[in-house]
Amino acid sequence: MAQDTLATVEDVTGTYKWGFSSDVESEFAPKGLNEDIVRFISAKKGEPAWLLEWRLKAYRLWLGMKEPDWAMVRYPPIDYQDAYYYAAPKTAPTLKSLDELDPEIRRTYEKLGIPIEEQKVLAGVEGARKVAVDAVFDSVSVATTFREELAKAGVIFLSISEAVKQYPELVRQYLGTVVPIHDNYFATLNSAVFSDGTFVYVPKGVRCPMELSTYFRINAEKTGQFERTLIVVDEGGYVSYLEGCTAPMRDENQLHAAVVELVALGDAEIKYSTVQNWYPGDKDGKGGIYNFVTKRGLCKGTRSKISWTQVETGSAVTWKYPSCVLAGEDTVGEFYSVAVVNNRQQADTGTKMIHIGKNSRSTIISKGVSVGHGQNTYRGLVKVLPSAEGARNFTQCDSLLLSSTSGAHTVPYIEVKNPSAQIEHEATTSKISDDQLFYAMSRGLSAEEAVAMIVNGFCREVLQQLPMEFAVEAQKLLGISLEGSVG
Amino acid sequence: MMLKIDNLHVAVDGKEILKGLTLALAPGTVHAIMGPNGAGKSTLGYTLAGRDGYDVTAGTATLGGQDLLALAPHERAAAGLFLGLQYPVEIPGVSNLAFLRTALNAQRKLRGEAEVSAGDFLKLVRAKAKELGLDPEMLKRPVNVGFSGGEKKRNEMVQMAVLDPKMMVLDETDSGLDIDALRVVSQGINAMRAPDKTILLITHYQRLLDYVEPDFIHVMVDGRIVKTGDKSLALELEREGYGAIAA
Repeated sequence: MAQDTLATVEDVTGTYKWGFSSDVESEFAPKGLNEDIVRFISAKKGEPAWLLEWRLKAYRLWLGMKEPDWAMVRYPPIDYQDAYYYAAPKTAPTLKSLDELDPEIRRTYEKLGIPIEEQKVLAGVEGARKVAVDAVFDSVSVATTFREELAKAGVIFLSISEAVKQYPELVRQYLGTVVPIHDNYFATLNSAVFSDGTFVYVPKGVRCPMELSTYFRINAEKTGQFERTLIVVDEGGYVSYLEGCTAPMRDENQLHAAVVELVALGDAEIKYSTVQNWYPGDKDGKGGIYNFVTKRGLCKGTRSKISWTQVETGSAVTWKYPSCVLAGEDTVGEFYSVAVVNNRQQADTGTKMIHIGKNSRSTIISKGVSVGHGQNTYRGLVKVLPSAEGARNFTQCDSLLLSSTSGAHTVPYIEVKNPSAQIEHEATTSKISDDQLFYAMSRGLSAEEAVAMIVNGFCREVLQQLPMEFAVEAQKLLGISLEGSVG
Repeated sequence: MMLKIDNLHVAVDGKEILKGLTLALAPGTVHAIMGPNGAGKSTLGYTLAGRDGYDVTAGTATLGGQDLLALAPHERAAAGLFLGLQYPVEIPGVSNLAFLRTALNAQRKLRGEAEVSAGDFLKLVRAKAKELGLDPEMLKRPVNVGFSGGEKKRNEMVQMAVLDPKMMVLDETDSGLDIDALRVVSQGINAMRAPDKTILLITHYQRLLDYVEPDFIHVMVDGRIVKTGDKSLALELEREGYGAIAA
């Protein structure tokens, strides 16, 4: 099978079906990074002085920081001066309706199958599930839908630049409280130059009436994407947030360093789901996105809950550890992850569960699939502080190898400072057995269908955590990512 | 002929297992291949189904006149071949229903037929499961995971009934079954008897043949069919052993 994999793996390159670029005129900031660029971005967005100061502080900190090298990923040095830090589509960013959207952008979305056409659903077919799409196109939100209905419920769902203007106190109160500006190299860079992103606030006792969804899309050549997302759910509130990404094919590596901060107050619940399928580079590892993301959630209040679900199939390099700080008592943190690497893709991903509150509980389910020459690392930290009496964690890390040239690595860290804690860790590494493959084929499935089915089965515990809209897309994506994995 | 095998030679890891096997099975007939351990009975099943590692070094096999050996395993399934395994395989995380529906529709697609709707499929599979005494709840469970030996075999029979093949090769389907399960599984096999279908049972023992009466019995020793007869041959084998027949 391995031999066949090598022989056919190149087919995959031709099948990255979203490898195109649309022709929207970008308004670039000059190339490179310095204080003037930071000021330019801030001025461009008409930000208040405090935010500019915040950015500048981050930038100065960043200058003194070193890019981390502990992850199991290899890539050529990034020249941070050889990139643009701001690009906005020329279309006026405040559209009244989707019809005003640049037709080129619309076509891009259509090719992606992005449900902006979901307006029919959005337009309120009774009983249909509603998804609000705040479409982020090249750093600036160009379309926001259903703000009114959300507003009725008191839910704020805005681009973060808008939120800074409309709700400065709220943004200021929480921005950087979960991922502080000095947190790490990439997060600090993001703090200095973040272009846009999403802000969500769910007030006390409100269950957000629809799933919130933002589709990110990296478009302009050589434009680093520095998205900033902040989601705050007040006491007893609930929100489910979907993040999905695709990118056009590019030769040059594109840097992406996003920051996502979640804050759950007492009895609040946040469900954050990601399907990431950015361009992974070609079969030789040329091109592809560098994805250095900092995602962290704070379970601040008692009985609050944060659940991360991610399906990572894209990017050349993934460096990502969606984490939970379980500060409150009886808080719950969850991390469900599927990471697929094919060709020369490298993923170093996992989570951190920091138990501070009494009886805090966490669950980690990680499924890694390695194809071609892909390298997949699970890196996780379960930390129980002395205050976390009765803390519990269950971790399960399963790796599936589909070729003899791919790798699976598991690096779990466990630090326990309270003797009453219960920590469980299970890990397996396996390959698809010839028996399974033959069995499925003898019933009528082609080799690729058989592999896709078996891999889907392997990932089931994670996929079933996804909201319905995403589960289907994720299954399709798994199939696409595995194309060429068998002869 | 439904299945025609002519002078088939098969090697596994370079070692010849089938050494010139010839067999012709007509539509509407039921056959049993009996033989001692190591005769190559399971190899025959795997070779017909197209498993990797079973290298045909000489000979031919046709299904309804079509060159079976030129087809990939899933194409053979779509052409109407079904291999019931001695040890059905577990597929974690994939429900029986999803597995079977995907398989059925994959076959139909290859044959240029329309997919079966979810509703029709569910009706069909529930009816078949009921006939074969498989708890409908088990249809929702992952394929064969945590199933007892008997349940796995019943599950094979449900798959066979739903996929509705025309040529069935059943490898040791009776092994590991208690009497009650054997009876149910036999019912499942008998239900598939039809003028346009052919069944080939691969078995060690006479026991299954008490329930599924074959038209022909073939004795296989050392990679070849050494004797063919009617049902009475099974009793003779039981009495005298393979040694006497092969000699």
